[in-house]
Amino acid sequence: MDYLFTDEQKMIKELAHKIAEEKVRPAAAKYDISEEYPWDVIKVMADSDMFGLFIPEEYGGLGVNIMNLCLATEEFSRACGGIAVCYAASALGTIPIVLFGNDEQKKKYLPDLAKGKKVAAFGITEPEAGSDASAIKTTAKKEGNHYILNGLKHFITNGGDAETYVVIAMTNKDKGARGASAFIVEKGTPGFTFGKKEDKFGIRASSTRELIFQDCKIPAENLLSKEGMGFIVTMKTFDASRPGVAAQALGIAQGALELAVKYAKERKQFGKSISSFQGIQWMLADMATEIEAARALIYACARAIDSGCKDVSKESAMAKMYASDVAMKVTVDALQIFGGYGYMRDYPIEKYVRDAKITQIYEGTNQVQRNIIGLQLIRDMAK
Amino acid sequence: MNIIVCIKQVPETTEVRINPETNTLIREGVKSIINPFDMYAIEEGVRLKEKFGGKVTVLTMGPPQADAALREAISMGADEGILVGDRAFAGSDTWATSYTLAGAIKRIGAFDLIICGKQASDGDTAQVGPGISTHLDIPQVTYVKKVEEATEKFMRVERMMEEGFEIIETPLPALITVVKEINEPRIPSLKGMMRAKSAKIIAYSQKDLNLDPQSIGLCGSPTQVVKIFTPPQRIGGQMLQGEVPDIAAKLVDLIKGEVH
Repeated sequence: MDYLFTDEQKMIKELAHKIAEEKVRPAAAKYDISEEYPWDVIKVMADSDMFGLFIPEEYGGLGVNIMNLCLATEEFSRACGGIAVCYAASALGTIPIVLFGNDEQKKKYLPDLAKGKKVAAFGITEPEAGSDASAIKTTAKKEGNHYILNGLKHFITNGGDAETYVVIAMTNKDKGARGASAFIVEKGTPGFTFGKKEDKFGIRASSTRELIFQDCKIPAENLLSKEGMGFIVTMKTFDASRPGVAAQALGIAQGALELAVKYAKERKQFGKSISSFQGIQWMLADMATEIEAARALIYACARAIDSGCKDVSKESAMAKMYASDVAMKVTVDALQIFGGYGYMRDYPIEKYVRDAKITQIYEGTNQVQRNIIGLQLIRDMAK
Repeated sequence: MNIIVCIKQVPETTEVRINPETNTLIREGVKSIINPFDMYAIEEGVRLKEKFGGKVTVLTMGPPQADAALREAISMGADEGILVGDRAFAGSDTWATSYTLAGAIKRIGAFDLIICGKQASDGDTAQVGPGISTHLDIPQVTYVKKVEEATEKFMRVERMMEEGFEIIETPLPALITVVKEINEPRIPSLKGMMRAKSAKIIAYSQKDLNLDPQSIGLCGSPTQVVKIFTPPQRIGGQMLQGEVPDIAAKLVDLIKGEVH
């Protein structure tokens, strides 16, 4: 389908595709097994200006454009969902600084992130605070010109490998959700350490660790926005970043479909290619149609954000939820087309199933996305 | 350091089809790419520029669509592209091509180093690089796998041999041809691609270069392609079995049969 891309978008897609095919795909199986952070591939992405796609030009980027970020993430994810999320998670850690940072904060952090010299991470989740983000226990206590952070974040993507972290902590517990604030914390700050690296089902090229704060003293100027704005920062960040997660799911689904079509053409049973069987053709047709529907929704949502629409929570949640559900279904069907071979790790398709699953879970489970959509529908009705 | 990189646009396939009537390559329906060996030449040129400063000029001779090859080189970090093109140059063999490119290089002016890929993937002659240095009367080092040291005045390089390598020092200006072991060509940057898109490609025609008309194009080409063909596939051999004396006797008979 022709999505009427601009010349710049075509260029980004072409370049991201080249990186995906020449650098990401050949490294996918290796990092899936070793679980090492794919620094060599990240460096190629960085040298190609890919980390500049979500950073304003005045801070060394190519302008904030969620559509561009989606195009790059989709292409990388076609080749490897794990390596792609290292890239996308840096966007997640960067977006709050872009949206809420003051000029000094932007000047200090964004140029290195735009060049990919450093990667970023976002930390809100805690052992007792997943979907219920208001239950976070990490605290930030103001002392003179500093805040003292104490607590534990877990399941943090890029945790340990990122240099720049945006962390949500309670500055006033009595105020509940309105008592949370967002802080920029640099790796290497005394009192800031990392816990165990998680052994994951999928996206194994990416690192997931605990962030541990023990009397971690950070300068007061590292507060993003104002005290009490932590959840607004989080919600606005997720509104802008969810199309990226959706694009990740879309890329995984697209990559799985391509492998399935290729395999169906090559595989012979009963004396002919299995792609000549209507049963296989119908499966492929459904997969392709659902992928295209997800793509149209994601691109529409990304374009709405880029054209300045403010109220995108519902559409953003729809894109993330729908694309990740499609990715899960498509990857499972793709494996089915591979039959017994698909179940074997010698073939690339089982990894797509494992990589797809997380997209239904992180940056808000799909159940939470449905809450967001449902609530918005009811609110709209009440207007 | 002012560097000139000579590149060629070739069909993207190792199985080139040939028109048996005209003895020329069939280019229709085949995507054009930069000759893979020239990618290493571009990368080495850009790396030397990044180290020493200066400028990388990419030069190609070819039809108007070779513009795309020059732009790709610019997206990798080259500064400017020159397309040498004219009907008068059509049909050039390696001698006429190297004469024409040498003429274009004289027109460009001062340079320190010329880099070429070791050969083109379509013709496989490996003659144009050495030909350019001959026409310009400058030193050449072929099959360079590593630049060990370079200053504005000289270079020390490792030259790949079939067994081992030679270390050669050459004064500059000089011409080197490079092999794939020398580096890993970079993926372009987005900013580079944007620059390449809007870059102005300089065009040189015969009018600009004013070359000897007897030395260019088909009439300046001493090589004549008499016939091009795909060699027939070898047919399967014959295995002789049995005791050694019997096999030897059978073999002698067979060879005698062949001879007669």
